[in-house]
Parts: sequence; C-alpha cells; structure tokens
Amino acid sequence: METISIEGTPKTPTITFDTGKGFLEIKGRSIPENSIEFYKPLVDWLEKYAGKPQSVTNVNIQLEYFNTSSSKCILDVFKKLEAINKGGSQVTINWYYEEDDEDMLEAGEDYQAIINVPFKMVQVAE
Amino acid sequence: MMLDIYDFYDKMERNNIMLSFKGDITSELLTSILQIMESKLDNLQEEPKIKKKVYNVLVECLQNLYHHMDEIAPDQSDKIRSAIFMIGKIDNQYNIITGNYINNSGVESLKKRLEDINLLSKEELKEYYKLVLNNGEMSLKGGGGLGMIDIARKTGEKLNFSFFPVDDKYSFFSLNIKISQ
Repeated sequence: METISIEGTPKTPTITFDTGKGFLEIKGRSIPENSIEFYKPLVDWLEKYAGKPQSVTNVNIQLEYFNTSSSKCILDVFKKLEAINKGGSQVTINWYYEEDDEDMLEAGEDYQAIINVPFKMVQVAE
Repeated sequence: MMLDIYDFYDKMERNNIMLSFKGDITSELLTSILQIMESKLDNLQEEPKIKKKVYNVLVECLQNLYHHMDEIAPDQSDKIRSAIFMIGKIDNQYNIITGNYINNSGVESLKKRLEDINLLSKEELKEYYKLVLNNGEMSLKGGGGLGMIDIARKTGEKLNFSFFPVDDKYSFFSLNIKISQ
C-alpha cells in the first residue's frame, strides 16, 4: 500500500491518494487545457486500487474552480469509484463547496444524479 | 497606414475595457490572462460569488478559443490562427467578447448548436448539460462540447453571437457574453 500524490499548480489540483487508508483527495483548481492527460494517472491508480480496495473508501473533492474539460475527467474518476463501490468497498464522495457558491453546489448535484455512490455535500465558509 | 490610436483608446475607454488581447492563443498566454484578471477582480473587491462566475466563464471562453485554433488551422498562416479577446465592465455588468476565424463549412452547424442552446430554459440547460457530460464524446485535446452550455447556464443569459463573412473560405465568429450581478 502506498500514498501517491501530485503537487498542485495554478491550473491543476493537488491530488493525494492514500491507498492504505482508502482516502483520496482532489483539492484546488482544475482548469488545464488538456485535462485527459492530467487525470490519466489518477484513473490508472484507481483501476489498480479497484483490484484490492479497502473496506471503506473516502473521497474528498474540494475544488475552487474547474473547467468543462475537467468535468468529463472527474466523471471518469467517479465512474471508477462507482465500480469500486459496487465491488465491495463502501465509497463516500464528500463534495465541498463554499457557502454562496451555488454553481459549485449544483455541479456536485449533477454528479450525484449521474453516479450511484453516496454523496455528502459539505458547505465550508468562504 | 497610421492607426488612429486615440480613437482606439477612446473606444476602449468608453467600453471600460479592462484587458484585451489579439494574437495567437497559447496555454502560457491563458495562464497570464487568468492571473491578471484574478488580481483585477480582487482589486475591485468583487463578491466571491461574482468573482467566481466571471472567472469560470472567462476560462471557458478562452479555452474555447484555444481548442479552436488547432481545429481550424493546424498549419495555417498566423492571421487565421489569430483571435481577439476583450473583457470590460460597464455599470454592474461584465462583458466578455471573443472573435476568431472559422471555416465557412462549420458556420451552419455552430449556428444551429448555439441557437438550440438559446432555446433552452434554466432547467432544460441543466438536463442537457448532464446528458452531454454523461454521453458526449471528448476530443483528444479535452474539449467536450460542454463549454457553451456551461456559459449559458452560469450566466443565465442567451448567447449573443454573430458571423461575418470574410472570404470564400473563412468567416469571423464573435461571441459576446454578459455576466450581470
């Protein structure tokens, strides 16, 4: 078991994935022009993790901004999590949004409507 | 030919242009524009809600231009690859204006797509966004056809656009996005 991380940049989020604890966090901004390239390693790690997941997997998504190009990749990440949830690990996705940021709350609700994994909407102060 | 720089300045002043650019759209340029605009929005002490909306819509507008460049002219002249972008604020409304060349053959389908988006209500836009998000194909570079839907959704305004015929091959496409508070 290992911890994998990607350091954030002005256009890409910080990603921490502690496979031993079953904890994944995506935090910051996700506005790269080429999001497929950026998210590919994470999708690959999840694929690997799906083979031997922890009994509980907690996922924190705490994004300040994300572009529509990232939104498809985030959906791909969630689809992997959906498979992991189906495969026996109890997955929860915690979707953080700042109070007043209705767009971010709505974005979380869009995913919640598509993905069959329990979501928790977590409001944080600005 | 001498460019009448005062006339140019005066027009920008009257439209309260905060930032404008004309030329080739690169990833580095977008990073710089976004940084400048973020500090300008901070200086104006905009509410976080407005700041986020403007920033998000700006990202989509600029990345539309960026992804479009290679589509239209991977090996064309600089003139065709060039685009224009402006952002201004009049009263409490932000205006983002973009302009770029487009192949004449693509005009009708783009026009139809934008007109279709403009027919949708807020609730219908939400459903359409989810449909395209879940089923849409993504281009190799990551453009997913969601940008315009997202802009319409976040601004709550109709997409205001026009096409100017340039020659037998190209037209100039312009988009004027309003973000009201």
